[in-house]
Amino acid sequence: MGMTMTQKILAAGAGLNHVEAGQLIEANLDLVLGNDITAPVAIKEMDRFRKPGVFDQDKIALVPDHFVPAKDIKSAENCKCVREFARRNIITNYFEVGQMGIEHALLPEQGLVSPGDVIIGADSHTCTYGALGAFSTGVGSTDMAAGMATGKAWFKVPSAIRFNLHGKLNKWVSGKDVILHIIGMIGVDGALYQSMEFAGEGVSSLSMDDRFTIANMAIEAGGKNGIFPVDDRAKEYLAKHPTRKPDGTLTAQDAGDVYEADPDAEYTAVYDIDLSTIRPTVSFPHLPENAKTFDEIPDIEIQQVVIGSCTNGREQDLEQAAKILTGRHIKEGLRCIVIPATEKIYLTALHEGWLETFIKAGCVVSTPTCGPCLGGYMGILAAGERCVSTTNRNFVGRMGDVTSEIYLASPATAAASAIAGKIADPTVY
Amino acid sequence: MKEARGKVFRYGDNVDTDVIIPARYLATSEPSELAKHCMEDIDKNFIKNVHQGDIIVAQKNFGCGSSREHAPIAIKAAGVSCVIAETFARIFYRNAINIGLPIVECKEAAEAIQAGDTVSVNFDTGLITDETTGQTFQGQSFPPFMQKLIDAGGLIPYINSQE
Ligand code: SF4
Repeated sequence: MGMTMTQKILAAGAGLNHVEAGQLIEANLDLVLGNDITAPVAIKEMDRFRKPGVFDQDKIALVPDHFVPAKDIKSAENCKCVREFARRNIITNYFEVGQMGIEHALLPEQGLVSPGDVIIGADSHTCTYGALGAFSTGVGSTDMAAGMATGKAWFKVPSAIRFNLHGKLNKWVSGKDVILHIIGMIGVDGALYQSMEFAGEGVSSLSMDDRFTIANMAIEAGGKNGIFPVDDRAKEYLAKHPTRKPDGTLTAQDAGDVYEADPDAEYTAVYDIDLSTIRPTVSFPHLPENAKTFDEIPDIEIQQVVIGSCTNGREQDLEQAAKILTGRHIKEGLRCIVIPATEKIYLTALHEGWLETFIKAGCVVSTPTCGPCLGGYMGILAAGERCVSTTNRNFVGRMGDVTSEIYLASPATAAASAIAGKIADPTVY
Repeated sequence: MKEARGKVFRYGDNVDTDVIIPARYLATSEPSELAKHCMEDIDKNFIKNVHQGDIIVAQKNFGCGSSREHAPIAIKAAGVSCVIAETFARIFYRNAINIGLPIVECKEAAEAIQAGDTVSVNFDTGLITDETTGQTFQGQSFPPFMQKLIDAGGLIPYINSQE
């Protein structure tokens, strides 16, 4: 029987010719990631290994991004722990405040993700890198520690669901609407323990930023990973994002390990999705599967809008929001918080004039941070407040008080909602 | 520990890691600190009423959401001896095994067992007994590799024993 894209990568990572769904394997890791919340737990665990040290100082990425610049003393201590560990072990890819970004936007941008890689990260949205044809998945801190120490991780080979994409997205519809639509269709455990493999001629019409957004939210359907084929657009992205070596030289990404699913690969389900039929989609509290389109959405007043996160803080996202906000002002009394996902994206937003657009429209613009996405800081909700957010989770209490509400949407919908002061359809622009 | 026995706290589908341990408490990774806020956003009384050995019974997709190991750590530190659910979200499942929090998948038990029942779980056989109603259920047993991890006391002792 043939293998899926994911199964081929895992087979190669484990040095096997063939793997099957359900098989337990041990694979070599190309990258191990942690952040300021999960890495300190892993670093503590590192002392428990009989053999000291890390397996490869170039293959570990440490990105303080959740509560930075440090929001309080405890966060500062966590950052210090990560910083000192990175220094002690001469970790190449440690990213200090001022050069960092939200991990899942940062690593591809820094050329740290190649097709065919096996990547684990102590963060559930590690699945984002599937947009570049890598196998990447979220794990906990103990797995991260084991990965840093041994360069290996155990996996149960997943079965897969295939999504055949056709056609093209309409104006103001983006990757976020696609993935909210899919989660609405299959549910928050619809892909539990499985890969979500995207294929079909429609893939080529999706921008890389759309693909990152879609792969990012595979976890919100319970998926182990989300993965896209590596086409010319992906190769172009890789060519534009070389890896920086410790001595400052840039090395081109190798796009060599491109795996395609076998024609006779087995899928537990196959969905055909016509991208041209997808409309702006909003997920209602308190689960990403509560997806609705504007024909089902009544007038709902909101007090806050957040545009950012590892899901939607990239260039295309800010550009779409800026286009809608140009020459307009957000609703009086509403707070709109814009957070470019990396310093590089921040700089692009500056050069392109988007920052000026946001500030003139009445928005707050922050340095890259996860901040409000996980209810950390920089935009916490009070009791009963409602927020339209481009982030990925609308669980109870995720952004503040347990009675506050999060409505997940695309950057275009978020910008339109900021202007209207209620959940608003961007297609009127 | 080969057996768990305690009183049941029962929850529904999709209990996520944000309600198990809200992010506002993640600046620490101290188990006893985390335990103080365990389940706070879904059940304010949980931490007041939970006793050493008690059992959580939930339905589909328990532990969905973030990869924070703080979630199983908080549950374990609160004294919970076992979580029974119809299904677990995969990162939570991994983390629980890696840190040594016993978990059992069993649809029938998840449906039938009620809050407040006294339940015992035999980890060797996977047998779940609701002592209050007298019903028994067969939980899924672990594949041999995972059983080895559990027997070793988690992932790190397992790796140490291999070298
Ligand atoms: S932006 Fe939100 S979802 Fe993404 S890594 Fe940060 S906290 Fe997690």
